[in-house]
Amino acid sequence: MLPLSYFNYYLALGAVLFAIGAVGVIARRNALIALMSVELMLNAANLTLVVFARAQHDMRGQAVAFLTIAVAAAEAAVGLAIVVGVFRNRRSTQLDDLTMMKH
Amino acid sequence: MDASFPLHLIPLLPLLGAIINLLLGRRLGKGAVALVACGSVAAAALVATRAVWVLGTEGLPSGALVDRFFQADWIFSSGDGLDLHVSAGLMLDRLSAVMVLVVTWIGLLIHIYATGYMEHDPGYHRFFGYLNLFMGAMLILVLGDSLPVTFVGWEGVGVCSYLLIGFWYAEDKNATAGRKAFIVNRVGDFGFLLGMCLLFSLIGTLKYSEIGSHMQTLRQPLWLGWPAACFIALLIFVGCTGKSAQIPLHIWLPDAMAGPTPVSALIHAATMVTAGVYVVARTHVLFDVFPTSAKMVVAGIGAATALMAATVGIVQRDFKRILAYSTVSQLGFMFVGVGTGAYAAGIFHLMTHAFFKAGLFLGAGSVMHAMGGEGDITKMGGLGKHLPVTRWTFFIYCLAIAGIFPLAGFFSKDAILAGAWAARFQLARQGFGPFSVEWVQHFTQDIYPKLIWSLLAAAALCTAFYMWRLYFVVFTGRFRGTADQEHHLHESPPEMTVPLMVLAAGSVVAGWVGVPAVMYHEGDWFGAWLAPVLPPPAQELSHSVEWGLMAVALCLSVIGIASAYLLYYGGISEAARRAAQILRPLYLLLYNKYYIDELYDVVFVRPLKRTAWFLWYVVDAFFIDKVLVQGWAWMVSMLGRAVRYLQNGEVQRYLVGVLVGTAGILWVTTTLPPRRAAAFRLSQQGRRVTLEAGGGSSRVGLVYRVDWESDGKWDEVDTRWSTLTHEYPGQGTYKILFEARDPRWGTSSTRRRVVHIE
Repeated sequence: MLPLSYFNYYLALGAVLFAIGAVGVIARRNALIALMSVELMLNAANLTLVVFARAQHDMRGQAVAFLTIAVAAAEAAVGLAIVVGVFRNRRSTQLDDLTMMKH
Repeated sequence: MDASFPLHLIPLLPLLGAIINLLLGRRLGKGAVALVACGSVAAAALVATRAVWVLGTEGLPSGALVDRFFQADWIFSSGDGLDLHVSAGLMLDRLSAVMVLVVTWIGLLIHIYATGYMEHDPGYHRFFGYLNLFMGAMLILVLGDSLPVTFVGWEGVGVCSYLLIGFWYAEDKNATAGRKAFIVNRVGDFGFLLGMCLLFSLIGTLKYSEIGSHMQTLRQPLWLGWPAACFIALLIFVGCTGKSAQIPLHIWLPDAMAGPTPVSALIHAATMVTAGVYVVARTHVLFDVFPTSAKMVVAGIGAATALMAATVGIVQRDFKRILAYSTVSQLGFMFVGVGTGAYAAGIFHLMTHAFFKAGLFLGAGSVMHAMGGEGDITKMGGLGKHLPVTRWTFFIYCLAIAGIFPLAGFFSKDAILAGAWAARFQLARQGFGPFSVEWVQHFTQDIYPKLIWSLLAAAALCTAFYMWRLYFVVFTGRFRGTADQEHHLHESPPEMTVPLMVLAAGSVVAGWVGVPAVMYHEGDWFGAWLAPVLPPPAQELSHSVEWGLMAVALCLSVIGIASAYLLYYGGISEAARRAAQILRPLYLLLYNKYYIDELYDVVFVRPLKRTAWFLWYVVDAFFIDKVLVQGWAWMVSMLGRAVRYLQNGEVQRYLVGVLVGTAGILWVTTTLPPRRAAAFRLSQQGRRVTLEAGGGSSRVGLVYRVDWESDGKWDEVDTRWSTLTHEYPGQGTYKILFEARDPRWGTSSTRRRVVHIE
């Protein structure tokens, strides 16, 4: 294991956030909540990136985190647009109703 | 020495006729079809006669006419140590001259007869097409100058036989008979082929004219100390038993009577079935080689077949079936002729038999024509007054086949019997096991020939009996059929009766060309004609013995006819019925043809059918179709069905898969390399111990720690060397602690092992 330092608390927080996000995506049925959970996972990754950048005194990790934030914003915009589109069509944002792709 | 002659015309003319009739016959109309068929055969007969005339007047007696036009390198292949040349050509010598004349002229008569017999048949042109095809193939058979050319004709006549037996193929019985003939013949043909291959492998040629010059090679022992020629001769003879319906392949011929009667007369009596006798005579050099065991087999099988078929013929009821067994029996006589070295006698009987047996069949056809297709002789009777021409010609044929002086059958049968009596087989110069050489010689030179003669004599007696039984039952007494049949009884048209009369005349005079020398000096003109190409019998008989044999044969014939007269004149007598009752087991045995068909059914047909059933249903239908083909499809579909539940369109479940999969991959890739690296190997050299981490290429980037004595103090820490060495200070047992760690993931694995230092 890594030597116990305060970085580990940040990494642990990142892992917990990621896990919460993953469970949210998998378990919640509402598409909006799932999208929020995806954001949570992305931010958990961002946090980890920043922590490692800090620990290694290398700013490239922080730069990637900014990149991720930008991409996540775009993703959220597209995702919400899809959810709105689906809601208009099917009057539902429940994920388990949206199984028409299986055929 | 060999003069040239356009021999190819002889088979080509009937073949052209066949092509015309088969392709255009439907449009030509019956008259034109008959004209093409008979015309082509007549032309072939004239060319053949001209060829024989040329052969007889020009060139040496032992020479042959060859066809300079038709000579070809037929099968040609060389290179890589292989040198294969098989040439094809036609040849006419004195032996094939006899065959060619018999085939063409008797064939012509039967063609003419068939124009009347088949008049109302819708398959008229097909029939004559096949018949001409047969003539062409048969003429190739007899004119071939080498075994393979003969074999082409041999197979050609086999196909035509199959086509014509099953000519009325709409009836299942006929088609089955055709198949049976074909399959049984294939068994024989296989032997023929093997014989040819063996011969070719030994001497590199299959030409009749060249085999004789290789006898030195063929006399060499091949297997078990017997000469190669013996095996070749026997293999060729296997082919002959198939084609000429000898034991054990005789079973197809009686069934072959399912074909139209002219076919039975032409193919299954006069010509094709005699091809085996011809081939044995043609390859006689192979049969003459010492020891003459092949000839003993030929003669033995011939005699056994002659008697077996003749006894079966006594009790049959179907007109054509009786004649079929008679043919089998007479073919046995011919084989005894060629098997005892009396080659000319065998060919002589072949020729005379062609006349009277063709006539008998044509007569049968005439009777059945009048009876509306009825073949059961117990339903006939008293036909003599309705069918006078048929009756009197039939009378002559019966006299001829019974061997009454001075008809054809008398002379040829006498020649064969004399040949059998005179035969001297040579089997061995040493004794066999318990048999001394004197005993073997006594057996092969005295007992065996006499045994064969007795079998033949018994067969001759039966022949006279069953033929006259047939004659009396059919032509004398009261009519036993229906009134309707009796009303329609009529003599056949002239195109049928004229051939009958010509053949009857032939049956009278054909024997006069071979009058034995004891009767008339220089009377055996036939033997003299063949003498240059076929060796004479081994031993001459004294005149008194020959007269005696003749008298015995004639007596047997007369006894046969007389007993038939007593039992069957004017219909089946009470005495005949009572005899059948008293001898019922024997009667049943004969009536069921010695149960040979049943035996073959049990021994060969049923196991084969069962094997075929197994291959079809179990191997093919079940294993290949169901298991292999459908099985794979079923497996894929089952897999698809299982996988379908995974692809249910719910994104969240897919995500679970992604997560679990990622975690799994991560876990394996991070924990597996240290674990494999920790499984170390040790090698010991005295006190020096070398440790090598396991895992091979997967240990890239790992670091190691080692504690050589397990004293809680790491001796090496975080080294990247995967091979570590340590020298122990003294004796003792130590426990090595080794740890492999992946610094990128923080995963590690530890192993301990005990090492003994001496």
